[in-house]
Amino acid sequence: MTEIQITRTIDAKGMPCPGPLMSLIGAIREEQVGEIIEVLSTDEGSRTDIPAWVEKAGMELVEVAEEDGFTRFVVRKAR
Amino acid sequence: MTKVPARIVVLGGGVGGTLTANLLASELGRDASVTVVDPTGMHVYQPGFLYVALGQANGRWLSRDERLLLRPEVELAIESAERVDPAAGVVHLGRGGALPYDYLVLATGARLVPDQVPGMVEAAHDFYSLDGAQRLREALRGFDGGRILIGVAGIPYKCPPAPVEFTLMLERYLEERGVRDRSEVTLLSPLNRAFTIESASKLVQPVMDRRGIKLATFFNVETVEPSAGVVTSLEGEKAEYDLLVLVPPHRGQEVVEASGLGDRSGWVPTDPATLQHKEHERIFAIGDATDLPISKSGSTAHFEAPVVASRIASLIRGTAPRESYGGRVMCFLETGGGKATVLRFDYQNPPVPPKPSRRWHWAKWLFNRMYWNTVPQGRIPGFLERRA
Repeated sequence: MTEIQITRTIDAKGMPCPGPLMSLIGAIREEQVGEIIEVLSTDEGSRTDIPAWVEKAGMELVEVAEEDGFTRFVVRKAR
Repeated sequence: MTKVPARIVVLGGGVGGTLTANLLASELGRDASVTVVDPTGMHVYQPGFLYVALGQANGRWLSRDERLLLRPEVELAIESAERVDPAAGVVHLGRGGALPYDYLVLATGARLVPDQVPGMVEAAHDFYSLDGAQRLREALRGFDGGRILIGVAGIPYKCPPAPVEFTLMLERYLEERGVRDRSEVTLLSPLNRAFTIESASKLVQPVMDRRGIKLATFFNVETVEPSAGVVTSLEGEKAEYDLLVLVPPHRGQEVVEASGLGDRSGWVPTDPATLQHKEHERIFAIGDATDLPISKSGSTAHFEAPVVASRIASLIRGTAPRESYGGRVMCFLETGGGKATVLRFDYQNPPVPPKPSRRWHWAKWLFNRMYWNTVPQGRIPGFLERRA
């Protein structure tokens, strides 16, 4: 794996849309610039909603990985 | 030999606390003593704030004496709960007393924290409190045209349909007052659509388009500059206003935070099926207080209460628990002009809302009227039990 230091993990598996994105937005509000947040989601909508919000908000999508039965999004608070 | 009754303490006299206490008292009779602790002793029907803000209801019918809603055998302590000591099984009260418990229900609701958003307290109106709704009503009465922004300053927030409902009803209100043609109404949505739930959003969006209501997406309000009349979003965009209406940020209650029973936002880590605290099996949580990824609404608390009451009764009697919470929620969504729709869903099944109609508007109206004589006692008006 890489040397990415995850500050916070949001396990949103099983959470219906738009729960995972809303949890990410809430976490971004609370964390400091530079911190890295990981969201684990089983929701199909997250695959489009999370990258769309990250781009609009000027955050950095560090990684999107398909894991066993869920998707892992790694987002850095860029500003 | 008589059995010592189990001591059950319920913190909070809202929908969830009141109903759970009544169900427990009814189910357990002399096997338990049930005490509700509430700082005001008044039960407030929060869905009514929306109507107060738009001059369609008087604030007086929105609160009742909690004592009158509780079964006579339920004790009511009008006190603030300061701290829970889970190891000792004690709730410390504001005036120095302490209440020991065998089972505790956290029905403490959500706390509004508008001061977390710079400029919000000075510049923004809200309809999430009675005084906020009354001030907004006066501001709207004096409104003579201009730009109105409706936005959300923190998630999660209570009653996800409320900002959309308010926007649609406000547009009709401005029309009726004859100032619509000189007004611009914009909903600042935290997501990339008008409403949190996609199926409902598809229903609401055409109504907004038809009525010329503007929509700004992915706009999570972060700061307000009162002198410039500008709000800035977390996403880095700005919007100008003449009248600003914001849903304040929410947190869990101070007693939850002070007791180390919440997450970093003060929400109680709750098992989605059993509604038990994830670390304390004798503590249950209900309604807005939980960290569950479902709507913070009275309806959620209403459907959770029988599960909590039944599970506590099983623990006391040593029987196998029968009920689990499946995430059931039911919300009305007013679309303005005397029409509404209804959202019914659970953890597994997203809502399939019917086309807005007068029928659901009247159902909501009737429900608001029937609330006091049905919900706190565990009844649902019959016309709502039937699936449309």
